[in-house]
Amino acid sequence: MVGVPLTLDLVLIWGPTLASVVLSFTNWDGIGPVTNKNFIGLKNYQFLFSGYTLFWPAFAHNLIWLAWLTFIATPLGMFFAVLLDREMRGARIYQSVFFLPVVLSLVVVGFIWELQFAPTDGFINSVLGISKSSNVIDWLGNPRINLFVALVATSWRHVGYIMILYLAGLKSVDPSLREAAKVDGATQVQTFFSVVLPVMAPINVIIVVVTAIEALRAFDIAFIINQGKNGLELLSILIYSNTLSEASLVGFGSAIAVILLVISLGPIILFLSRAMRTLA
Amino acid sequence: MILHAFLIAMVALWLFPLFWAVYSSLRPISDTIQHGSVSWPSNGLSFANYQTVWTQADIPYFYINTLVIVIPGVILTLLLASMVAFCCTQFSWKFNLIVLMLFTAGNLLPPQVIIRPLYWVYLNTPIPNLGSIDIGKFSFALFSDNNLLYDQYIGIILIHVVFQTGFAAFVLSNYMKTITKEITESALVDGANVLRIWWSVILPLCRPALAAMATLLFTFIYNDFFWALVLLKTGDKRPITTALNNLQGEFFVNNNLIAAGALLACIPPILIYILLQKQFVAGLTLGSTKG
Repeated sequence: MVGVPLTLDLVLIWGPTLASVVLSFTNWDGIGPVTNKNFIGLKNYQFLFSGYTLFWPAFAHNLIWLAWLTFIATPLGMFFAVLLDREMRGARIYQSVFFLPVVLSLVVVGFIWELQFAPTDGFINSVLGISKSSNVIDWLGNPRINLFVALVATSWRHVGYIMILYLAGLKSVDPSLREAAKVDGATQVQTFFSVVLPVMAPINVIIVVVTAIEALRAFDIAFIINQGKNGLELLSILIYSNTLSEASLVGFGSAIAVILLVISLGPIILFLSRAMRTLA
Repeated sequence: MILHAFLIAMVALWLFPLFWAVYSSLRPISDTIQHGSVSWPSNGLSFANYQTVWTQADIPYFYINTLVIVIPGVILTLLLASMVAFCCTQFSWKFNLIVLMLFTAGNLLPPQVIIRPLYWVYLNTPIPNLGSIDIGKFSFALFSDNNLLYDQYIGIILIHVVFQTGFAAFVLSNYMKTITKEITESALVDGANVLRIWWSVILPLCRPALAAMATLLFTFIYNDFFWALVLLKTGDKRPITTALNNLQGEFFVNNNLIAAGALLACIPPILIYILLQKQFVAGLTLGSTKG
């Protein structure tokens, strides 16, 4: 019974993962078989770090993406959860609204935010009254700002996701702990930081992992806005454009895939070490 | 008071982009061009943009494409994932944790890490062509009409199933480990075979978790963009998300049409959300609170 799913998992997920590692040492262009002649050692990596002008910008964009989610979107989601985790009128409605974008496809999220930021007839420039003027802000095209548009769009969805995860964690905190803290005269803020937060350690790990994985996986919104060019380069986009476009630099693109893989192993291992402890 | 004021402001902020999309979608483009996008409607609002998108961009066709991918995808994922979870939680064998880790970790990988070799596998795996079922202009290939996994419903379903099984197996394991092993053990003693125990003893006990996962998986697979972008070539077979992206350049000549198309694409997930919000949230949190 495990055989069929396990075989499929090995052939379609782990086999290709290993293949990406092997291909990263070749100059294979996707045509014909890979032979000994294709192996070029570490040349792809050398070029990646020193010659390829898009690598470091893409790397930086992923880092900014991660930092934005970590310091802005995720804390905001946690904050909403803390606010809504109490008896209060309308809590369910607030919760439903913040959660709504989570069910939407990132493609749709991208479109919806394009309507806000489109340079000539988007809402924001129209309200600022600059949509027809010469100092129009090109939110989607200007490489210095379009990353932040993508981040706003992505946060719209990320905040609700984190809020729901965190709310579930908060609900599982034993109420008597808070009672006790209250009796001891702790303020709400004190109670949260010294009683609730430590008990929430397992969920905090999940939140960290989810945030990191989302940042590494980012692709769809950047692709929707401008195919991930001109300020929206990401590691995932570079893998796609190098290995699957007409240039078909499969070996070189695979080296980028390996970099992304290695970075991803951090949160993945963190998650597994946590999760397997409880499953064992 | 301050709390409610803050929350109401946030709710307004959260809903505004959606409201704006709805508003844009209801305005004729001539009106927008004449008066600018931020203006009161001078010629009234209508569903004309929806009509245009619905008929000319073939939205119903892409809905069907999506369903042809999503429904088998969800069912197969639940079957395979529940088998994995069943074997890994109800029996003690040497590798059950490692197997579970492989599945879980596989689901956490960025899909781009594996895409190029996967693409190769899809172009080099022979699949029998068993003809197709034609209903109107819709032609559903049984297995493969080009003898490959690439550019086939079966191929896109397969990668969804395998990728999502990783996630679902993990969540279902968390749920199943609360079921005592004695149930399985005593059924084995009574001579029931393993498949039977899985199907008629364990699965019924997992109904709430399966319902939650089904809701969640429906949305995940429905919302996918990347797999379909790479593994389907023909516009005919694409689900609505990737179809929208294609339409962006060719057909969506103005933002009002884009708004209508995007909103049509999100009707099914929003319906699911309204009807099955509890299941959806339960699915997301099952894996996290117990894990």
